[in-house]
Amino acid sequence: MSQPVSPVRHVLIEGNKSYHNISEDLCVPTEKAPSREWILAFSLSAAFLGLYIFAVTWTIWKGIGEWGANRTINWAWDITNFVWWIGIGHAGTLISAILLLFRQRWRTGVNRAAEAMTIFAVMCAGQFPLIHMGRLWLAFFIFPFPNTRGPLWVNFNSPLLWDVFAISTYFSVSLLFWYTGLVPDLATVRDRASGFRKKMYEIFSFGWTGSAKHWQRWESLSLILAGISTPLVLSVHTIVSFDFATSVIPGWHTTIFPPYFVAGAIFSGFAMVQTLMVITRKVLKLEEYITINHIDSMNKVIVLTGTIVGVAYLTELFIAWYSGYIYEQFAFYNRVFGVYWWSYFGMMFCNVVSPQLFWSRKIRRSIWWTFFLSIVVNIGMWFERFVIIATTLARDYLPSSWSYYSPTWVEISLFTGTIGLFFTLFLIFTRVAPVVAIAEVKAILKVAGDQFIGPNAKKSHGHAAHEAEKQEKH
Amino acid sequence: MAAESKKVLYGLYNDEEDLKSAVKTARHDHLDMMDVLTPFPVHGLDPIMGLAESRLHILGFIYGAIGASFGFGFMSWALASDWPILFGGKPYWPVPSFIPITFEMTVLFAAWGMTITFYTICGMWPGVKAKILDNRITDDKFCIAFDVTDTDDKSVDGIKAFFKKTGAAEVNLKTI
Repeated sequence: MSQPVSPVRHVLIEGNKSYHNISEDLCVPTEKAPSREWILAFSLSAAFLGLYIFAVTWTIWKGIGEWGANRTINWAWDITNFVWWIGIGHAGTLISAILLLFRQRWRTGVNRAAEAMTIFAVMCAGQFPLIHMGRLWLAFFIFPFPNTRGPLWVNFNSPLLWDVFAISTYFSVSLLFWYTGLVPDLATVRDRASGFRKKMYEIFSFGWTGSAKHWQRWESLSLILAGISTPLVLSVHTIVSFDFATSVIPGWHTTIFPPYFVAGAIFSGFAMVQTLMVITRKVLKLEEYITINHIDSMNKVIVLTGTIVGVAYLTELFIAWYSGYIYEQFAFYNRVFGVYWWSYFGMMFCNVVSPQLFWSRKIRRSIWWTFFLSIVVNIGMWFERFVIIATTLARDYLPSSWSYYSPTWVEISLFTGTIGLFFTLFLIFTRVAPVVAIAEVKAILKVAGDQFIGPNAKKSHGHAAHEAEKQEKH
Repeated sequence: MAAESKKVLYGLYNDEEDLKSAVKTARHDHLDMMDVLTPFPVHGLDPIMGLAESRLHILGFIYGAIGASFGFGFMSWALASDWPILFGGKPYWPVPSFIPITFEMTVLFAAWGMTITFYTICGMWPGVKAKILDNRITDDKFCIAFDVTDTDDKSVDGIKAFFKKTGAAEVNLKTI
């Protein structure tokens, strides 16, 4: 490709790869028998998935009285987990859509896995509001369908209903975006396969041939989907924050919530991508495609969004004091020094202090630090939602109804169970589809491969140089 | 449509720059290409081939507009006309609180509409069997294909000469 390449551009594909090497390296994980690590990880995840199924069945059978939630603290671990998972589900679309619009080439190494992660995280998130309803079999009441009660319609003014639309739209659009990107790569797998596998991939690759016109439409579709997914991803967490911000509960009723939730979502999503990628690149031997440069770039996003979140926390405290409104002031005093003080300080440490370490280039480029801090951030973001939800509700207007909440085994099983569900789906994904977008990596090879750019470049990427090289050969 | 088999003469190139200059030559020589197939989107190929820009995005806008009108219209009809309810003293027709769902419906319709249109116009659906010329086209080969079903031998030789001239690594004939 004859695009100009800046000499300061990072190498994104190492190992002097040819196009064929790329297909080979990225398809092989779907072709060979699973490794021992994979089987071990899958068994563990499946065990937690089993626990999840048991806990859900228990909840539906016995009712949500089995949870620790009470009349005062009526939103607890369920909604905390919901917001946590939805937040994690934001990185995939962010990487795919916003970074596509910004033409960030490093997205190609991680976008496929991040999008898959988004879909699985939203699936985990969606469970919680549904079982939280108590009578799951009446969940269809949330949809505006013609009914025999009038028809009586749902309340379109309610942020909870906006959430239904936002999350179902987000899920289905992310799925389309992910799958459309996957189709050409499934065709690559199909053309290498034989027998039953070939038949399966024939069905799932929809008859893709690689025609220039199809590629042109495919790129047009990807670009527009990216364009509409960008406001979509921002709207989803905005609407999730409206669940709180439009209420009249001190501590929730704040206008800062939408941007603060969106930044937090990107922050936690990238942390989860790091956790997954650090393991995936090692286990599937993709270090030459998901390079230290990719990890470095994502860590930069983490330090940026972590700092935004930190500023939001401090702004909240300042505004609570500055408002002169005693209920607001009490709500925040209670957050910091109340019964759940430990979760506030846990949140502050994990989300604000720990990511600051990423200002150091050495730490940003260290696998172990990245892995460790990504888990710290995930814990911190869980604490954030717990602080907002449980701490605020524990001390409401009437001291006589003040309460304390601790989870029961059912809630703990539900939460750890969704982690099992998430990893089970992700592990299956790594076995059936290429984890890195093959076609997109090939398309950037000549501007990001280490034989073309960087200190060890042997070949030139320019068109004129290519011609010269050909002349030389003849 | 009944699938009629075609005789296709195709050449495989090893590099997208070779492919691009070959396509340029083919256009210059007035050779009628059936298709150009690549393992990844090759930028700058469309203008050389003379492909018109895709109009998919215009449809995307139309689908989005339909979604927005449907969402907003339905909510207005349901809450203001079919069964008016007062929610917390708000107006019967609370326009600001319809915005989030209207937006989501816009995105939903645009995304689904465009995706379904994309697969339909490309003739791709689950169960469609791809007419594959060569398995390496989805790997590392760049292909120019000519339909030679009703072409006389002289023209076929012309195409073969073209492939040789433009440096095709392989030239094959296949009936699909």
